[in-house]
Amino acid sequence: MSAETHPLYLDYQATTPVDQRVMDAMTPFFTEAFGNPHSTSHAYGWEARDAVEGARQQIAKMINADPREVVFTSGATESNNMAIKGVARFFEGRKSHMIAPVTEHKCVLESLKYAQKLGYEITWLPVAADGLIDPDDIKAAIRDDTALVSVMHVNNEIGTIQPVAEVGAICRDKGVYFHTDAAQAAGKTAIDVQDMSVDLMSLSAHKMYGPMGIGALYVRRKPRVRLEPLMDGGGQERTMRSGTLPAPLVVGFGKAADIVTNERDTETTRIRDLRDRLLKGLQQRVPDLYVNGSMEHRIAGNLSVGFKGIDSEALMDALKERVAISSGSACTSAAVEPSYVLRALGLSDEDAHASVRLCVGRMTAPDEIEVAIEAISEAVRTLRADGTRASVA
Amino acid sequence: MTACYLDHNATTPLGLPAQGAMARAMEVTGNASSVHGFGRESRKIVEDARAKVAELAGIAPANVIFTSGGSEANNAILRGVAADTIITSAVEHASVLDARPDAARAPVDADGVVDVDALSAILSKTDGRALVSVMAANNETGVVQPVAEISKLCKDAGAILHVDAIQWAGKRPLFEITAYADVLTLSAHKFNGPSGVGAILVKDGIAFEPLIKGGGQERRRRAGTENVIGVAGFGAAAEAAVNGVRDFGKLAELRDRIESELAGDAKFYGGNADRLANTTCIGMPGVSAETQVMAFDLAGIAVSAGSACSSGKVEPSHVLIAMGASKQEAAEAVRVSLGTSTTAEEVEKFIKAWRDLRARTRKDAEAAA
Repeated sequence: MSAETHPLYLDYQATTPVDQRVMDAMTPFFTEAFGNPHSTSHAYGWEARDAVEGARQQIAKMINADPREVVFTSGATESNNMAIKGVARFFEGRKSHMIAPVTEHKCVLESLKYAQKLGYEITWLPVAADGLIDPDDIKAAIRDDTALVSVMHVNNEIGTIQPVAEVGAICRDKGVYFHTDAAQAAGKTAIDVQDMSVDLMSLSAHKMYGPMGIGALYVRRKPRVRLEPLMDGGGQERTMRSGTLPAPLVVGFGKAADIVTNERDTETTRIRDLRDRLLKGLQQRVPDLYVNGSMEHRIAGNLSVGFKGIDSEALMDALKERVAISSGSACTSAAVEPSYVLRALGLSDEDAHASVRLCVGRMTAPDEIEVAIEAISEAVRTLRADGTRASVA
Repeated sequence: MTACYLDHNATTPLGLPAQGAMARAMEVTGNASSVHGFGRESRKIVEDARAKVAELAGIAPANVIFTSGGSEANNAILRGVAADTIITSAVEHASVLDARPDAARAPVDADGVVDVDALSAILSKTDGRALVSVMAANNETGVVQPVAEISKLCKDAGAILHVDAIQWAGKRPLFEITAYADVLTLSAHKFNGPSGVGAILVKDGIAFEPLIKGGGQERRRRAGTENVIGVAGFGAAAEAAVNGVRDFGKLAELRDRIESELAGDAKFYGGNADRLANTTCIGMPGVSAETQVMAFDLAGIAVSAGSACSSGKVEPSHVLIAMGASKQEAAEAVRVSLGTSTTAEEVEKFIKAWRDLRARTRKDAEAAA
């Protein structure tokens, strides 16, 4: 696709473009400063290591952590696997219970299934119609043998923000580890591992205008969180995650975090305004529209919206030349089953299937919102008219 | 910054083909699993790269699974293949040895070559299905393992053979390994691709439990959003390596020049074995590797004491110990690994620096005596 024919991009929760400032920070480390950051015997290695440690500080600052608590991984999927499987393996035979809402990301669900195979019982928490959990449910579910509570900070499909600080306080009080998948939260809502009483937190660079292939797991040092590594070997990352760190990607992640630290507040205001205009515009032009999940506890850019009677696949297809959107998470975009997240909110299969995820981001221009409103409302009208004709015929 | 980089087994500079492919991929935004145009564009980049890696190996693209690197790939196979017994060798990379501390370890001879008879004896004593994991070529010494012979043993015993080809790829034709191994693991940054991406190449019928599960990417064998830019660079590096390996063997001339010039004074580990053309592991008697690498750094030459991942550790190399070196001898060895950009001048510079250090430390020793 050339720049001229690119449709509008409203899928910022699938991935984000790399910010030019991030690109500029990474570039030298792809070429002249190519050293292995674990080479301790020469200047090539030292230069790469210093850059990696600088990035570690930038990421720590974004979440109010100690840099030593930041473990680099290949992305949030690895981080989530590492956190949950790692705790499950460390406490195998000593603890036997974990708790998570049913609306977690697939990789959290899969990792919890692994824990199940090791003998852990999982309490799956329901969510209310607004997508939020009730912290009291967690309090009630915690047992003496509970090893871990895992609650995602921001949902990848509906953008709802869970009450993680309340959950964290409960877990801290009960002496249970608290893990949160914050891949969709970083850059979009305030993250403070102290305020949130988080023990383990997963992050992803490519959801916050950094590169793909790099993420992190925050691992609390005081009180120290214990977990088995997912990968053993050279002993990098304080033996918690072996493998050569990709220095350019780490540097890009660090720069992306630095931008978030400095610009998140102003950016959030701007993006919320655009998202609200998008919703208002669609509401004015399209009848029988519904928003999935809490509007109050939701990140600024997200709009999960359903159009009664519409097939989301047909809508995406109709829009493909003009607006890039998705029917749910990217990993399951190809799947035809209705979203398990929307089903958990109480939507019928039909209503879940009529929903799409629109997400506004850093590079979205105000005039693009007008174009999107026009394109989406027109496509919905056409599809509904076709549907009516088909049912009459 | 030192000017003379002789540590190519630690990492290689990003090659121009990879740089170009990555620059083009950077123009594209899109999650390769998204169905819209942006996503399909990223998907095409990933699949084109997969075809190139497959071609380098002589395997079907569907048998290539991208990972975050060699360590992940080795961990996924060592931990994920259903086997009753795991057998490796004493000189494997830490990502193999530490992934399965319970594995039996076949010894190596004084040149670092796996003792095939000993491996055969271990195999004959095992019940059930075995997974044998050996590296194609060693990262510290460059010593090449008898993969064909080991493959025959595995076939006879019904064992699965995994070959860690991380140091081999780009240096020798990869299909020579694919011909014998059931599973291979690769890392892009060891042959002019980017760090942060690697692969598992698995033959049909070999199943393993994924290390990282979730969104179902990579045909449900490795979850996580694809590192599109990294994968693009990997593909380009693989494409370049198809022809690049032909010239790589020429580095043996430069390597042999070092060894012939320093012969008599130095010890060359694995010197009698078939080795990768670019690698020499050199012992300087009486001088610690730490002293050596510092002196070389001051002279503007980057080499390493053992592998990069363990270069922060103080323990002597398990590879050299397995070859019969004493702890002291092992702690006096440095690895010199040349690359395609290495020049004859750089090699002469190293030879001179080595001799200077040798003379200086001898004088110091005599003065002390």
